[in-house]
Amino acid sequence: MVFLTWAVQGFILFTLIAFLFRLLGRTVGTDASRKLFRQMPLTAAFGIFMILVYVFVAVFADLIAPYGQEEVLGAANILPGGDEATGGNPAYPLGTDQIGRDILSRLIYGAQNTVGIAFATTCLAFLIGASFGFLAATMQGWTDQLLSRIVDVLMAIPQLIFALLLMTIASAWAGSEKWLLTVYMIVIIAFLDSTRVFRLARAVGLNIVVMDYIEAAKLRGESFPYLIFREILPNAVAPLLAEFGLRFCFVFLTIAALSFLGIGIQPPLADWGTMVKDLAQFINFAAFSPLTAALPIMAAGAIALLTVAVNFVVDWMLHRSSGLKE
Amino acid sequence: MTDASPLVKIRGLKIEGRSDETWTQIVNGIDLDLNRGEVLGLIGESGAGKSTIGLASMGFTRDGCRISGGTVEFDGIDLVSASLTDKRDLLGRRIAYVAQSAAASFNPAHKIIDQHTEAPVQHKVYSRSDSEADAIELYRRLRLPNPDEIGFRYPHQVSGGQLQRAMTAMAMSCRPDLIIFDEPTTALDVTTQIEVLAAVRDIVEQFNTAAIYITHDLAVVAQMADKIKVLLKGDEVEEADTRTMLSSPTQEYTKSLWAVRSFQRPQKPLAPASETPVVSIKNVTAAYGEVTVLRDVSFDIHAGRTVAVVGESGSGKSTTARCITGLLPPRKGSIEFDGKPLPPSYKSRTKDQLRQAQMIYQMADTALNPRLKIGDIIGRPVEFYMGLTGGEKRRRVEELLDQIELEPSTYYDRLPSELSGGQKQRIGIARALAAEPKFIICDEVTSALDQLVAEGILRLLANLQDNLNLAYMFITHDLATVKSIADEVVVMKEGVVVESGPKDQMFEPPHHAYTDLLLSSVPEMDPDWLTNLLDERGVDNIGDAATAKMS
Repeated sequence: MVFLTWAVQGFILFTLIAFLFRLLGRTVGTDASRKLFRQMPLTAAFGIFMILVYVFVAVFADLIAPYGQEEVLGAANILPGGDEATGGNPAYPLGTDQIGRDILSRLIYGAQNTVGIAFATTCLAFLIGASFGFLAATMQGWTDQLLSRIVDVLMAIPQLIFALLLMTIASAWAGSEKWLLTVYMIVIIAFLDSTRVFRLARAVGLNIVVMDYIEAAKLRGESFPYLIFREILPNAVAPLLAEFGLRFCFVFLTIAALSFLGIGIQPPLADWGTMVKDLAQFINFAAFSPLTAALPIMAAGAIALLTVAVNFVVDWMLHRSSGLKE
Repeated sequence: MTDASPLVKIRGLKIEGRSDETWTQIVNGIDLDLNRGEVLGLIGESGAGKSTIGLASMGFTRDGCRISGGTVEFDGIDLVSASLTDKRDLLGRRIAYVAQSAAASFNPAHKIIDQHTEAPVQHKVYSRSDSEADAIELYRRLRLPNPDEIGFRYPHQVSGGQLQRAMTAMAMSCRPDLIIFDEPTTALDVTTQIEVLAAVRDIVEQFNTAAIYITHDLAVVAQMADKIKVLLKGDEVEEADTRTMLSSPTQEYTKSLWAVRSFQRPQKPLAPASETPVVSIKNVTAAYGEVTVLRDVSFDIHAGRTVAVVGESGSGKSTTARCITGLLPPRKGSIEFDGKPLPPSYKSRTKDQLRQAQMIYQMADTALNPRLKIGDIIGRPVEFYMGLTGGEKRRRVEELLDQIELEPSTYYDRLPSELSGGQKQRIGIARALAAEPKFIICDEVTSALDQLVAEGILRLLANLQDNLNLAYMFITHDLATVKSIADEVVVMKEGVVVESGPKDQMFEPPHHAYTDLLLSSVPEMDPDWLTNLLDERGVDNIGDAATAKMS
């Protein structure tokens, strides 16, 4: 019952925020940006606003967070709410975990770690996937065959299991250097996700290379880099950008999942996946004490909220790029 | 319902289209009357509102359009205010629609006859078996080959002209009072066009159906319509019965439409035999995989001359162009440029060899990169071949824009989507000119354009040729274009050159039988042309049947 009330309140609050944000976008800014906001559905406005909030929090985490992410404070297991009557403490509005770290601070730093790493990974995945995908579409013939078959083989192995396997190898290589393991994780997830990007880039590219303007450029004697970056890429931006949003969610969830399994982002760095894992057992108390159960839900909610926000924006972008208006 | 009141009565019809957040009026108050059994031709350029009015007379508008004023009455029923259920009862049963591209309008996953019987069964006009029997009867009347069997094929198993006739049969399936034909022959070859025209005219007469025939081809509408309405940008220019309209149009705009086909350039004298041709195609045989598409094709193109290559789709015109540009290396034979053989594949040609031969494409929409500005599109070959950059490049691009009669300051920074079809085609020409070539392949450059715009492009190409001494290879299926611009004509059929020679000679008899068939299939402005032709050739000797007899 308590959770339902929270959900309804949250929904109303978010709708209000989205509406106000869109109103703001419609009144300030250049002509082009105002027009963009006028055509924007409420969901997309909400998505963009939430992404901006996450970015802001991630960038300025050091300034916003009341405590350090590794800082062990005096009292453990303080409940959220900040109300002393229910077992809270005004100094820790969202409570502390089992060893007394401030959850609000860890959530904020988690944004930096989880979102930042996910973003870097997605960019890398796109760099690899899109380059090879366009190359395959432009060269065709055996280049295309070779690249596509390699990708087929990689995609045939379940992603999470493959990632686990590679991470196990990587953790042996990394030894005690924890930051090195994070770098390995970025490379491994980017590599695995680039196969999906490759498929999309190749399909989009194949539709573009049959255009007459590509033929004209080929007959002019243009090189492959020119064809790929000047002629194909500008026309593939819309679908790729939409895929970027979607892919970002998957990468983000993969990282959270790996962290949950204990081989992703390493403690003491704060990360939402690890936070959910650490606090998971409290969910059992939901029937007796909703506030206790809220502890793991906050980190999970942060993940869910970003995923939903990104998907709203992606849906809207897909809608626009498919040429459907309003 | 008395016979005196018209079947379709449109008064003050206004339609608005939504673009860029505002509603713009695209049809400004049109009146239209159509009696039972009458055929009305709607003509005008693209954007004139022909199709929009055609759809509106069914009480229907495209997405993003709305009827903002006026009334549409069909047999006394007001279609503007009619509910969707009422309209659904009329559509298919009493009003039918034949679309431009039958290939795109049939569902490829179902047999033709299954799609035919859908409407009668739905409207409970016929039972399924009755409707099937009726379909076969209609196929017979439309003179489709194997009427008993053709309906049981899938759409991709019959030719374009046959599919268009099957679609007309489908429109007839409930014996509607009104059929709207939206450019039903525009996508077809001249020889196939005739059979569709003859079939449509027959069936409309036999069942006393009223029809609205939408087209931009005046000669076609002259054969089909009892009266003609000319439209321009959503306004009616004039309306009169066909013969009056053709012989004595009153409005300037109509006269200019009528005059389009009069642009003719005198044929230039033949190049001396001693002169080395710019491009010489020598015994070229080419194939896609196992399928041979060109057999032993040879012809020459001289400097300052235009060679028109004509033929139906699939005759190998465009394949010849692909061989010349090196996209499809020929199996046998060679292409010579200025007397020197060119490497067969474009990949092994030098930059200068590539520069000398340029190409202008049929669809300007796909030939210009939609994400690049005009200045960049034209500027790229200038930079790539001439090595000009910065201010020099800009000056050269502006000079080229001047040459194609577009104001440089206005168009330099625009995107292709901000230009009209004719302007886009001009940019395509400028891009080819930017390479300063000796030879340009024009692949159906005017066939996607309105006649007035197409004429402008032809005049521009002719001027450029005179000023720059360019050689053109002009691929087309439109013989009016050939008449206006060519010096020499090459007729192709099934990958073989059937006949070739100077233009004046080609338009005079005697011809090769196939050339004769092509020439006699081009509709003329004379409203009796189709009737005469059918009398002359006989109903069983037109279209696919006639072409088949040739081979």
